[in-house]
Amino acid sequence: MNINRRQFLGMGGAAVAAVTLAPGFKLIELAQARSPEEATSSLHRWGLLIDSSKCADGCTSCVSACADENGIQSHNRPATDAQWIRKVTLKDKQTGHVQTLPLMCQHCEEPPCVDVCPTGASFKRADGIVLVDKHICIGCRYCMMACPYKARSFIHEVTTGQKSHAPRGKGTVESCTLCVHKVDRGDGSTACADACKKEGHEAILFGDLKDPSSEISKRLASQPSTQLRADLKLNTGVRYQGI
Amino acid sequence: MRTLNLQRILASLVLATGLAMASSASLAHEKEGIESGLSGRVPMPVHNANTDKGDECVQPEEVMRRDHMKFILHQRDKTMHEGIRTTQYSLKNCVDCHADAKTGSVLGKEGFCESCHAYAAIKLDCFECHSAVREAAAVTPPSAARNLVSPQKMAGVPVKGKKHEH
Repeated sequence: MNINRRQFLGMGGAAVAAVTLAPGFKLIELAQARSPEEATSSLHRWGLLIDSSKCADGCTSCVSACADENGIQSHNRPATDAQWIRKVTLKDKQTGHVQTLPLMCQHCEEPPCVDVCPTGASFKRADGIVLVDKHICIGCRYCMMACPYKARSFIHEVTTGQKSHAPRGKGTVESCTLCVHKVDRGDGSTACADACKKEGHEAILFGDLKDPSSEISKRLASQPSTQLRADLKLNTGVRYQGI
Repeated sequence: MRTLNLQRILASLVLATGLAMASSASLAHEKEGIESGLSGRVPMPVHNANTDKGDECVQPEEVMRRDHMKFILHQRDKTMHEGIRTTQYSLKNCVDCHADAKTGSVLGKEGFCESCHAYAAIKLDCFECHSAVREAAAVTPPSAARNLVSPQKMAGVPVKGKKHEH
């Protein structure tokens, strides 16, 4: 079949008309799940919304779910064991009010860990997830010093029994990956958020901050929320409520 | 003078045929050696990889023998930085296919990766971080299970009297 230029343009016009003929119906849907061969894009920015008023004191299901999912093991040395999520207890000294919240990598838009990394191992993906490329990491730990949230851990010991989706090894720094393997699979959730939901607390919500129709965006738009250390202007991907 | 020349030519002919025969014999030995794991003079690596998964690798065998590290390196950067998770050249795919039928691992004396890397004296760094075990067989070994962190300890919850305040 031969198509001349005029016919081709005509067909293009018809296609545009088809798009505009059906308002409200999107021809190109921003699907959650990418195909495996498609790169991440800045059309998304993944983040978490954590409601500390729903976070139960003494509950550590998010921490254990994270450890299970990513194969994090303890060597019974709390000072140096890897911690991707910590439960932090806050106490108002004047009123005595105590609350707890999970604290992990805040997946900053302007991550200080990336700024200080001498090798480029610490980097931010197009979709806003801050990661360590352990192939390049030399274990200098500058990023650990730069992080205002103390979110990163250095692996001091030989590791065994890693999960195939979460490689971890001695001499490198690591932190919360926002369950990047689940994000790439299109699960639409993280291990911690799933565990919290299962416990019935629903304190952690995962979602796309750039998609105005996502639940996380709707809640952020309609309810007050805070960034931890907002004064640093890092524009964190993890937001908190109820602090 | 003429007889001397003839003698020289004859001698060189004999030498050439002898050399050709010897080299073809050693080539045959080498080929046989790679396939059977044994050779007349040099022991060759033997592996016990699972062969149920199919006859063909993602590239012809000669290409994979020489260039597998290039494919893996390229895929590594694509996956890590761009989130591209195609399985063709993924390390996970290598392990899933080539793991030992018995141990489920590519390491060990007869493991697919380690047998050859030990033979060639090339350090194998991948599995210091990556799992060397086929996913279905990747069950936490009892020794590692003992070390699994208690959630309380990891969360820093029961540390006596120490609370983060602000």
